[in-house]
This record gives sequence, C-alpha cells and structure tokens, in this order.
Amino acid sequence: MRPTGTPVTRRARLTLFALAGPGLAAVLVIGLRGLPAFGDYHAVYGLVVTGVALSMRHATDLVTAVNFDLRAFDTLGEEYILFASVLGVTLLLRVMREEDEEYSVARHDMYGSSDAVRMLALLLVPLMVALGIYLVIHGQLTPGGGFQGGIVLAAAPAAIMLAGRYVEVKALAPTWAVEATEAIGAAGYALLGLGGLVFASVYLRNFLPAGNAGQLLSAGFMPLNSIAVGLEVMGAFLVAWTAFLDQALLIRRRRRGNQ
Amino acid sequence: MTVVQIIALAAVAVGGGAVALVRDPLRLTLLLGIYGMTLVFLFFSFQAPDVALSEIVVGSIGLPVIVLATLRKLADQERAHETDRDAGD
Repeated sequence: MRPTGTPVTRRARLTLFALAGPGLAAVLVIGLRGLPAFGDYHAVYGLVVTGVALSMRHATDLVTAVNFDLRAFDTLGEEYILFASVLGVTLLLRVMREEDEEYSVARHDMYGSSDAVRMLALLLVPLMVALGIYLVIHGQLTPGGGFQGGIVLAAAPAAIMLAGRYVEVKALAPTWAVEATEAIGAAGYALLGLGGLVFASVYLRNFLPAGNAGQLLSAGFMPLNSIAVGLEVMGAFLVAWTAFLDQALLIRRRRRGNQ
Repeated sequence: MTVVQIIALAAVAVGGGAVALVRDPLRLTLLLGIYGMTLVFLFFSFQAPDVALSEIVVGSIGLPVIVLATLRKLADQERAHETDRDAGD
C-alpha cells in the first residue's frame, strides 16, 4: 500500500527547520542556564534515603532499598506496566487465520550456526544463569536486583537461540511454563504487598525482621520482592522474545494455492 | 567532572549521532547495540551501576533481538508478496 498525497519537499522541511530550530535552541539555552552546577545536589529525598536505608532497613544497596521497600508501591505499578505491555505484544503477534505455525520444522533458518558460536553459547548459558541468580538474591547487598537479574536469566535461553537451537528452546521452556513464571512473579509481588497489609497494616510495608546488614537474608522482605520481580521480568522478556521469534522463524503465511 | 566521565559523554554523543545518521535498518540495529554499551559506560562512570546492569542486557540483547526478528519477518513477507505476484502474472 502506497501512502497517498504529495510528499514533503526538502525545501518545505528546511523552511520548517529554519523557523523551529532557533526557537528550540533558545529554549535549550535558557533551560541549561538554569541547571545547578555539575555534581551539585539540592534534593532532600536522596539524603533521607541514605540515612534511612542502612539504619532502619539494613540494606546496603540504596537503589534496591528504594525500589523494593521505601517506594515499593511504584515498583508494583512498573511491574504491571511490563505485564500489560507483554500481554499486548502476545495479543498482536498471535497466529492469524491465514498463517501456519511450523513447529515440526526442526531446521529453521538459523539452524546452521558455526561451531564457535555454539561453543560460546554453551559456555555462556551456565555463566548467565549463575550471574542472574546472584543478581536477584543479592539485590539488597550489591548493585542489581530483580529486574537486572531477571533479564540476565532471560538472556540465557537467548544464547541457546543464537546457537541455532530455537526449537529446542521452545521444548526446554514451553510457552505455558514461561507464562506461568511471569504470572507467578507478578502475583507474588502483589501478594507480598498483601502480607504487609496483614502483618503491618499497610500495603507493601515491610513485615519481616531486618536481620544483620550485609547478610544474604537481611533487609526484611526486600529479597522476596526481588525474587518475585526477577521471575516476572524473566517471564515477561521470554514471552515477548518468543512471540517475536515465532513470527520471524516459525510462522509462515499460507501459500495461496494451499487454501 | 573526571576524564572518564568526559570520555563517556563524548562516546554517547558520537554513538547517538551515528545511530541517527545510519539509514540501513540492519546496520542500525548493530550500531544500536554498540550505542547501548556506550550508555552502560556512561551510567557506570556516573556511579549508577544498577542502571548500567539493566542497560547491558536491554541494550545489547533485549532490543536487538526484537528489532532483528521484525526485520526478518518483514523481508519474508516482501519475498512472499513477490512470489505471489509472480504466480499471479
């Protein structure tokens, strides 16, 4: 389908830019002049977090303390944004009436990847799984957490896919299992919030003992939140990737003659 | 501002400009991955390791996989369209 109407000429574009460019430049210069100096920090929130996260919550990674405890309700919203957008992706990329999904095709187009790539993937998969689990469960101690760990865990099957074994990935991590992982993660985070409502009378308030700062099981319910988010993010990325890759590698439009 | 931070900012500026200038979608996708790595370097040099960790995977695997799969599908559809037309003639 061709777009209709007359195309925008280069001359018209340049005229528009000549009018809009100086205006944008002026606004930028005014805006940049009002900025505080580099490294200057005026906000109070950061100072409060620095004071509270370690002394009251026993977490040594402040970002995780903000995401999974002090501001946990925002994370609930973010998690369901991801959930809803992945839902939208799967809805848009479903198998249509005039298409066929060729699961029987063992030799899809990426099948013949080189030995070097396959060897690299073989090395990468265990490393990625280990790093992902480490990031998820050490969220409250070191940089990382559920989101970062979750995508590293999702990248491990992606390495198998790069090795030219996409159909095997589908057998290893079937759609129902990946979707269940995502749903368990999303529901788990919401249920942890309910735990706060039951045991601490506020939704998503910490209801577990803070423990000793620096130990694996510390910082209250932050590790549990981190695991829930990790499962959700891993599931969400795998669902989205497989939806796209199914379209690219397995789903073919039916030939006209076969209908 | 330290030297490392200035280098990181310059790398992001060059990478961002390159991404905006390249027109071929396939080349653009690879460049986008490299641009993502310069962003990782930037976040890390400005002491935001949490953000850098997310950007490593999102920028170098998450986004390229989706874009490459889409490009692949589009090329397939174009080819199918052409064969359909040839068969019809």
